[in-house]
Amino acid sequence: MATAELTASDYIQHHLTNLTLGWLPDQGLVFAHNADEAAAMGFWALHVDSLLWSIGLGYLFLIGFRKVADNVTAGVPGKAQNFVEMIIDFVNENVRGSFSAKNDMVAPLALTIFAWVFLMNLMDLVPVDLIPWAFGQFMSLFGADPHHVFMRVVPTTDPNVTFGMALAVFFMVLYYSIKIKGVGGFVGELTLHPFGKFGIPANLILEGISLLSKPLSLSLRLFGNMYAGEMIFILVALMYGHNIVLSLGGGALQLAWAIFHILIITLQAFIFMVLTIVYLDMAHQTDH
Amino acid sequence: MNINLTLISQMIAFAIFVAFCMKYVWPPIMKALDERATKIAEGLAAAERGQQEQEIGRQKALEEMKAAKAKAADIVAQAQKRYNEVMDEAKRDAQGEADRIKTAAHAEIEQETNRAREELRERMAALAVAAAEKVLEKEIDASAHKALIDSFAKQL
Repeated sequence: MATAELTASDYIQHHLTNLTLGWLPDQGLVFAHNADEAAAMGFWALHVDSLLWSIGLGYLFLIGFRKVADNVTAGVPGKAQNFVEMIIDFVNENVRGSFSAKNDMVAPLALTIFAWVFLMNLMDLVPVDLIPWAFGQFMSLFGADPHHVFMRVVPTTDPNVTFGMALAVFFMVLYYSIKIKGVGGFVGELTLHPFGKFGIPANLILEGISLLSKPLSLSLRLFGNMYAGEMIFILVALMYGHNIVLSLGGGALQLAWAIFHILIITLQAFIFMVLTIVYLDMAHQTDH
Repeated sequence: MNINLTLISQMIAFAIFVAFCMKYVWPPIMKALDERATKIAEGLAAAERGQQEQEIGRQKALEEMKAAKAKAADIVAQAQKRYNEVMDEAKRDAQGEADRIKTAAHAEIEQETNRAREELRERMAALAVAAAEKVLEKEIDASAHKALIDSFAKQL
């Protein structure tokens, strides 16, 4: 919506601001009207759009799969069951290939990550202005100014979402590391490699960094890819509405990027899943 | 781009979704997949077994056919033998019958010949007597000269 009263940077800023619900000292509990207000809300604020879309999509995935699981048959499967089985088989193959220990939680976890992250990434393929514009128009019915109503539909472009998932995975890694190896074994793993007991500080730094880099790289990879992808969609959308040549060029670019993006969203969901499996496998390995 | 409560909310949502998936989604579908794998394995094994059984049945049928053929040949041979036996017997019987008939015929001929010879002799005797009568021109007392006539007749 690169309209006359909006500059390009305003437009981009609008697209990159979440619908933030938080506490402002002078206004109480409100939705932030601009990025500065959102920042001023500090930690005790919620990105309502990210959460609604992410939980909604996760709910969609679970309800869909649960429906199939309810009517599952060992005989000839229907179309929906075939589809679900294909995904489950794919996830199961990956878990069996990368995860050598026995843990009934890893495969459902991997499936949840793959399907959920894929669905969240898939929102990137919805035309970038469509839902924010519709939401702005809807809210203006209640007297809100559409320029101050924010809506980001791709939850994985919100670092809170990717960090949240990566941190949950990280806690699982810590939990299983301690559960399988014991506190002593886990501490030993962190301090006694690779230089033996005379290089404990160096070992701790090396192993600590490698441990902490896991959730960081896991979340930043997904966030970075999706954020950059959305940014390109936004930049391409800036080309609309100037003249016919730019508009047509923008259309062609958007189509090309969307097709390429199908690969990226699937790949990122897959990478997140595989890395989670690998990290958990490492947590289950007793011999370092 | 602010890190805030969304992070923790997302973690909680993630944990709940994983738990739900682990409890209600994954196990039933996995169970069905395993069941189907077992079913298919069983089906394949049954097919294999059926094929083996078919092979065995074929062998058995072949053997039975062979046995039946042998039996049939046996029966034919036996029949042939019996036929020969019957044939021989019949021949033997016929030969016997023929011999008997021939013997009877011979006996009859002999008898007839003897009878004819006797008759001839008697006639000859009578003829001799008549001739002698003529020669002697007197009647010979047949009874007085019976011994003479008989000895004559016997010489004929």
